[in-house]
Amino acid sequence: MNETQSFKRQTPAEWLVTGITVLLAVLWAVPIIWAVIVSFRPPDDDLGVDDVWFGNTVTLASYQKATDLAPFFPDWVGADAEGFPGHSYYANTLEWVLLALVVQVITVTLAGFVFAHFDFVGKRFLFYFVLMQMMIPTAVLLVPNFITIREFSTATLGIPKFIYYKEVSLYDTPWAIAMPYFGSAFGTFLMRQAFLSVPKDLVEAGVMDGCRWYHLLLNVYLPPSYPSLVAFGLVSVSFHWNELLWPLVVTSDKARPLTMGLLRFTQLTDIGAQWSLVMAATMIIVAPLLLAFLFFQRQFINSFLYSGVK
Amino acid sequence: MMTANTFDLHTYWTRHLRPRLKPLPYLLLLPTVYFVYLFTIMPTFKVLRDSQTYYHPNRPAREIMSDLSLPGIEEAKRSIRGPHDVGFAYFRAMFDPDTVEGERFFRAMRNTIIYVVTTVPISMLLAFTFAVLVNRRLRWIGSARIAFFYPTMLPMVSAATIWLFFFTPEYGLWNAALRWFGYHGAENWVINPDLALVGLIIVAIWKNAGYFMIFYLAGLQNLPEDVYEAAALDGASWWVQMFRITLPLLRRTTLFVSVVAIISAFQTIDHALVMTYELVTGEADLLLYEIYNQRFILQNYGFANALTVVMIAILLGLTIINFLISERENE
Repeated sequence: MNETQSFKRQTPAEWLVTGITVLLAVLWAVPIIWAVIVSFRPPDDDLGVDDVWFGNTVTLASYQKATDLAPFFPDWVGADAEGFPGHSYYANTLEWVLLALVVQVITVTLAGFVFAHFDFVGKRFLFYFVLMQMMIPTAVLLVPNFITIREFSTATLGIPKFIYYKEVSLYDTPWAIAMPYFGSAFGTFLMRQAFLSVPKDLVEAGVMDGCRWYHLLLNVYLPPSYPSLVAFGLVSVSFHWNELLWPLVVTSDKARPLTMGLLRFTQLTDIGAQWSLVMAATMIIVAPLLLAFLFFQRQFINSFLYSGVK
Repeated sequence: MMTANTFDLHTYWTRHLRPRLKPLPYLLLLPTVYFVYLFTIMPTFKVLRDSQTYYHPNRPAREIMSDLSLPGIEEAKRSIRGPHDVGFAYFRAMFDPDTVEGERFFRAMRNTIIYVVTTVPISMLLAFTFAVLVNRRLRWIGSARIAFFYPTMLPMVSAATIWLFFFTPEYGLWNAALRWFGYHGAENWVINPDLALVGLIIVAIWKNAGYFMIFYLAGLQNLPEDVYEAAALDGASWWVQMFRITLPLLRRTTLFVSVVAIISAFQTIDHALVMTYELVTGEADLLLYEIYNQRFILQNYGFANALTVVMIAILLGLTIINFLISERENE
């Protein structure tokens, strides 16, 4: 807790604490270690009592078979899985996660800027209006939101019916999954806090020099706030990558993301208890985020600290 | 010139109101407000209306796995075209344990309450323990931190899939470990109706403890050091320091983490989709799972909406309680 203790010879009590730490850490890590080890066993290798860890051989066969059975990767990677040509779980996940991220970065920056910079009638009301999204999470509203997506039309976009009317079929597209996340109360709040901590003198100097609002935003407000924006981006990508329930509701085949692919994969009856195959599929899904986390540990943990705001 | 005690509407308009009504801020705010309206505010009112409406299911009647037989609904069901206004029939059924719906609602509520009151305190206690253990300057402590936090980065589906193996009878590692401690009870933690909920709770605790740990860790690192130095001079033991200084100083962190934990406990059911979906009798159904099930599997649209209303009421209630507590803290 205080620095004077650092790297000193440990007392027996401290050794005990260290021992407990190691024990708990190993216990907590067992699931992922087991999953990694078993994923390198051959696909038809049955596990049994006293035979749940290493097999006789270390092979990539399970990964090969998993990618053949389900379209995890795009065709050009070399996997020839059945599925919808041109669609793969990886591409689908990347598509909707990046779509949500790009739109969110724009909406969140603008909204945070407005709440931090301008004074206008109804500011407090609109702020609480947006914050409602934190109190009623989108996951809970899946029933009415499903109807909104299914019945999406130009009228939903606010175009009066007597001018133009056309139904927009969003079901089973990346747009259907990403759209409820386009506005983000958490991001708005985070960016507002970041913009509020920009020195007022700097902003006033900019106004004196005749900066337009976009100059102020891009040159005065944003540069010192990039860490917050990056933190928001990391949280957004990790949360969306792991999202299951909402994609399950609004996609069927073409836009099915990785998480849903894994769910279907484990439920295939003929795969049943072929644990090495299932674990290979699991590793295919968790690998990108897990590796990114191992390399950028500090950034991820600091970003997730922000995520508690929600 | 305006005197202090006359109110001149024209001056008020030109000096105060008009500059604050310029369109630019509203325009920049439009995208966020639009999407929040479309996917949060509007649906909240929509479920209020739809929870009092009977819609005909989308499939032929023989395919529907369960069907309603409620006093207010019978007539609407026999009709050819819908939708029909059925008033509060769904809510009446929900709070009447004699109906199928009432029974399912009570069970889902009971399960959800058990789930929340076990996962939240246990994972918070573990989180605090982890934070204390990890908050030391040792060479390899970083890897312990990774070991505790990495479950946060896994999708709940993957975590549940791995645990599905751990819960396998005979050779699953969880059962092997329990047997080592002398447990010889039922082993299939996923199919067994009495154990399935416990299985969900275990996975949730394992997954969330590391996430909550980082908040306690940040809290511990911001504690004032001079207090501890003073306490050490007074001869206060480690336990006294922990319970008299650390925990009271971290009260705000605890409140904050508990709010995050409770709200996320209500909205996470991904592990249930992996682990207990085979349990069609629904002994381990949580509230959100019941909503999903009623809407998309059983096609009881109105009832799913009524359940959503209950869920929203619970979440808003929790928000208000949280607000009141933190207001009192601030005084």
